[in-house]
Amino acid sequence: MKKYKCDICGYVYDPAVGDPDSGIAAGTAFEDIPNDWVCPLCGVEKSDFSPVDE
Amino acid sequence: MAKKITDRVTWVGKIDWELKSFHGDELSTDRGSSYNSYLIRDEKVALIDTVWLPYDREFVARLKEEINLNQIDYIIMNHNEVDHSGALVELMREIPGTPIYCTAKGEAIIRGHYHQDWNFVRVKTGDTLPLGETTLTFIEAPMLHWPDTMFTYMSGDNILFSNDGFGQHYATESLYNDRVCMAEVMQEALKYYVNILNPFSPMVMRKVKEVVAMNLPLNLICPSHGVIWRETPTQIIEKYLQWADAYQEDQVTIVYDTMWQSTRKMAQAIGEGIQKASPSTTVKLMNAAVDDKNDILTEMFRAKIVLMGSPTINNGYSYAIAGLLEMARGLKFKKKRAAAFGSYGWSGEATKMITEHLQQAGFEIVNEGIRQSWVPDTDMLQACRQWGAELV
Ligand SMILES: Cc1cc2nc3c(=O)[nH]c(=O)nc-3n(C[C@H](O)[C@H](O)[C@H](O)COP(=O)(O)O)c2cc1C
Ligand SMILES: [Fe+2]
Ligand SMILES: [Fe+2]
Ligand SMILES: [Zn+2]
Repeated sequence: MKKYKCDICGYVYDPAVGDPDSGIAAGTAFEDIPNDWVCPLCGVEKSDFSPVDE
Repeated sequence: MAKKITDRVTWVGKIDWELKSFHGDELSTDRGSSYNSYLIRDEKVALIDTVWLPYDREFVARLKEEINLNQIDYIIMNHNEVDHSGALVELMREIPGTPIYCTAKGEAIIRGHYHQDWNFVRVKTGDTLPLGETTLTFIEAPMLHWPDTMFTYMSGDNILFSNDGFGQHYATESLYNDRVCMAEVMQEALKYYVNILNPFSPMVMRKVKEVVAMNLPLNLICPSHGVIWRETPTQIIEKYLQWADAYQEDQVTIVYDTMWQSTRKMAQAIGEGIQKASPSTTVKLMNAAVDDKNDILTEMFRAKIVLMGSPTINNGYSYAIAGLLEMARGLKFKKKRAAAFGSYGWSGEATKMITEHLQQAGFEIVNEGIRQSWVPDTDMLQACRQWGAELV
C-alpha cells in the first residue's frame, strides 16, 4: 500500500499507521479513506494528497 | 476610535502606523498595518476577531466605550494567530462565559496559545448563526494561511469577513480602498499575497472559486489587515485568481550580491543583454543584501525568469543569497525559470550551489549558469550580455 503526502503541509499518510484520531484504522489503504477525511495536521482535503514514490 | 461601516457593523480594530516588521523580522511592513476587528449589532451582538497582543488593553477599553461588554453574545474567531487572538485573554477576563465560534483547528490553536478552557463552539462550512435580521455563515478555509482559517459571511449586509485573505499591511485612517492610493494598496496586497499566501496557492484557487460559485451578494470584503474592499470588491478576488494561477509577467528579476563589484558588473551586463534582445521585457536588478527581502521575493514572483548571482565566498555563496533561497523554497513559486551566475577567485562553487538550490526550490533550471574569474573585462561582459540575450 502506497504512502500519500499532503501537498500543502507535508504530512505523510502511512497506511500501516492509519489515522486513528480521525477514525481511520491502521491498515487502511489511502484509496479506502472516506472522502470527507481531511489532513490531520492542516485540514485540507483528500484530493490535496499525492502518492509518495519510494 | 471606532468607525461605523453600516447601520449594524462597526470597525473596532487598531491602526498600527509604526509597525515596520511582522512575524518577527520575516516580513517588512513599510506602510504599517492594522488589526481589524468588527462589532455587529443586530438583535444579537457578535464580535469578529480581536487585535494583536500589545494592544489588548487599548482594544478592550475602546470596545467598552462602544458597547457594554456583557451585551456581546458571540465572539467569532476566523483565525487565531496572535495578531487576531491577542486580546482574547484580556477580553475573556471581562466576559468569561461568552461562546467563541471557531473551527476545530481554531479551538486547538487557541488552547495551544492561551491554555484556557473557554466556551468553544466548533463550526464547519455551511454552519449558520442567526443574529436577527442578519445571519452569519461560516466557510472553512484551511491553510489560507493557517489550519484554523475560516471566512464568515454576513447576509443582509452582504459582507465577507475574510481575515488575512485579501488583506494588506497598510495603515490608513480612511478605512476603504476607494479612499486611499490604489497603487499603494495593490502593491501591499501583492506583497502580502506573495509572502504569506503563495505557498497555499492551490488552496487559494479552490477556495476563491468555491466562494465565487456560492454567488453571494457582496457589498464589502472586510479583511483583518488594511483597507476594506468597498469599491468593486470583486477586483481583489480577480487578482487572487490570477496570482494563485502560477502568475507571471514579462519580467526578468536579477538578484545578486557582491563584495568587490564583479558580480554586480555581471548582473548589469546580463540585464543589458536581456533588454537588448527583448526590449518589451521588464528587467529588474536587486541587491540581495541591500534591497528589502520581501520586495525581492515580490519581484521574483512577478518574473518569468529569476537570475541569482553571488560571488564565491568560503566555498559557498553570500548569506543574503542563502536567506533568499530559503525563503523562495518556502514560498513554492510555480512555473518559473531560473539560472545562476557569479564572480569567483580560485574555487568558484557558488554558481553550481545556487543552481542546485534553485532547482530544489522548484525552479526550472535553464542552463548551468555563468561564472567568471576575478574582475570581468570587456570580453567577459560581452559574454554576460550574450548569456542574457539567449535567455529571452
Ligand atoms: C508564516 C508562518 C508560517 C508557519 N508555518 C508553519 C509550518 O509550516 N509548520 C509548522 O509546524 N508551524 C508553522 N507555523 C507556526 C509557528 O511555528 C508557530 O506559530 C510557533 O509557535 C511560532 O514560534 P515563535 O513564537 O518562536 O515564533 C507558521 C507560522 C507562521 C507565522
Ligand atoms: Fe495570519
Ligand atoms: Fe493576520
Ligand atoms: Zn496537510
